[in-house]
Amino acid sequence: MALYSEKVMDHFRNPRNVGVIEDADAVGEVGNAKCGDIMKMYLKIDNDTVSDVKFETFGCGSAIASSSMATELIKGKPLSEVRKLTNKAVAEALDGLPDYKMHCSVLAEEAIHAALDDYESRTGKKTE
Amino acid sequence: MKGGTKLDKIYLDNAATTKMSEAAIKEMTRCMNDYYGNPSSLYTVGQQAKEIIEKAREEIAGVINASPKEIYFTSGGSEADNQAIITAAAIGKRKGKMHIVTSAIEHHAVLHALRRLKNEGFEITELPVSKEGIVNKEDVKKAIRDDTCLVTVMYANNEIGTLQPVSEIGAICKEKGVLFHTDAVQAVGHVPIDVKAENIDMLSASAHKFHGPKGIGFLYVRKGIIVSNLIEGGAQERGKRAGTENVPAISAMAVALKEAEAGMKENAKKLTALRDYLIKGLSGIPHSALNGDAKKRLPSNVNFCFEGIEGESLLLLLDDKGICASSGSACTSGSLDPSHVLLAIGRVHDVAHGSLRLSLSEETTKEELDAAIKAVKETVEYLRGFSPVWRDLNAGKLQFIL
Repeated sequence: MALYSEKVMDHFRNPRNVGVIEDADAVGEVGNAKCGDIMKMYLKIDNDTVSDVKFETFGCGSAIASSSMATELIKGKPLSEVRKLTNKAVAEALDGLPDYKMHCSVLAEEAIHAALDDYESRTGKKTE
Repeated sequence: MKGGTKLDKIYLDNAATTKMSEAAIKEMTRCMNDYYGNPSSLYTVGQQAKEIIEKAREEIAGVINASPKEIYFTSGGSEADNQAIITAAAIGKRKGKMHIVTSAIEHHAVLHALRRLKNEGFEITELPVSKEGIVNKEDVKKAIRDDTCLVTVMYANNEIGTLQPVSEIGAICKEKGVLFHTDAVQAVGHVPIDVKAENIDMLSASAHKFHGPKGIGFLYVRKGIIVSNLIEGGAQERGKRAGTENVPAISAMAVALKEAEAGMKENAKKLTALRDYLIKGLSGIPHSALNGDAKKRLPSNVNFCFEGIEGESLLLLLDDKGICASSGSACTSGSLDPSHVLLAIGRVHDVAHGSLRLSLSEETTKEELDAAIKAVKETVEYLRGFSPVWRDLNAGKLQFIL
């Protein structure tokens, strides 16, 4: 049995939406103080919808795959829906993660929520 | 890789395990075919198997200058480490000596065995190492107390390959009358070892680190030391390790060790040159650093840290390029902590995260290393390309450490 599902390996080898949005409307950066992984999400928001998203990640295969999958899940989605994104949804979309790698999907959820928080503080709008 | 394997792989993880030598495989199958008897049986078929293991014991003892009666076969290095430590602890306890000295960079087989003793009331002194990854013999001298029953310091480190001052520590322990055990799993078959000259009381070894089979190893215990059992139930190994002997593996281990001994000098010379070539090649990657002393290390070991990236993703991408390697990153450990060895030599968490171990074998070629250097360079560059840490380092928001 391989360490990761084929989907994780696909998103790890060919990460979607990698990079930076220089004029992002929202940026969220989170880190897992214990394991050391760091994730950064850049969002472009138009009409309360995520029109573009990019990420940068310092971390293991599942951290990179989780970031990539999370960007796919939120791209084109209204903020109210993005707010509801859970780590479970990210892990499930990846056909599962090993138990000891679940915290990578948590990091993806947190990075997106941090970006939404940033958007709220920049604009005064609510994303709930 | 040579030796008829079909896999088009560059295997650079020989510190994890080695491919069995053809002679060892041949010996293993020969024993399976011809010597199936139980060495404890008194009829000829059993006694022939007994002869096989006694011959192996003699050959193994000869390689490390021990006597055959001082060699106990075990399931491998971890069992040997555990048995050595339990043995010394039992002797110590009988005398009211419950203090043990070790180093911060030992294998978990030693550290976790000591952790258990700590819970049973033993006091453990874990000596720090220099930033080059070497124990200071003066620290050992200072740490030994009247109630010290054991000093256990490894021969060569499994992650960063550093060679420890074993004969100096042996001399100190002899002078102070304290038992000295060394986990020599990475060293046996690779560097010359003389248990008498180096004053080693107990030594652990594992066959699969020197092209022998997995699941077999040995513990050397100097004559006169009363060995404690981990496994009870039979008279095997002079009553000190129950269980029917793994005759084919024992004999194949001896064959592999004899082979390793015969080629040791030549291989060490060849590997040292290759190792230094690899170190030079990887040093060309900006913000990288060699882990462990540049010279006082196993001829086969190279270990680097690359700032701004994480080791597991590096390993997975190298695997895609056909390169087998290892890392001390937290992400590869199954826990959340990076390697205790890298932390002990002063690498901070972020840097320890981006570590890579490449360990060579006698079959490694310069062409393979050229391919590995190219692959590591490309992969590190690629991963840095979308690392927020690397971005912050370059933007001056974080200070480069390496």
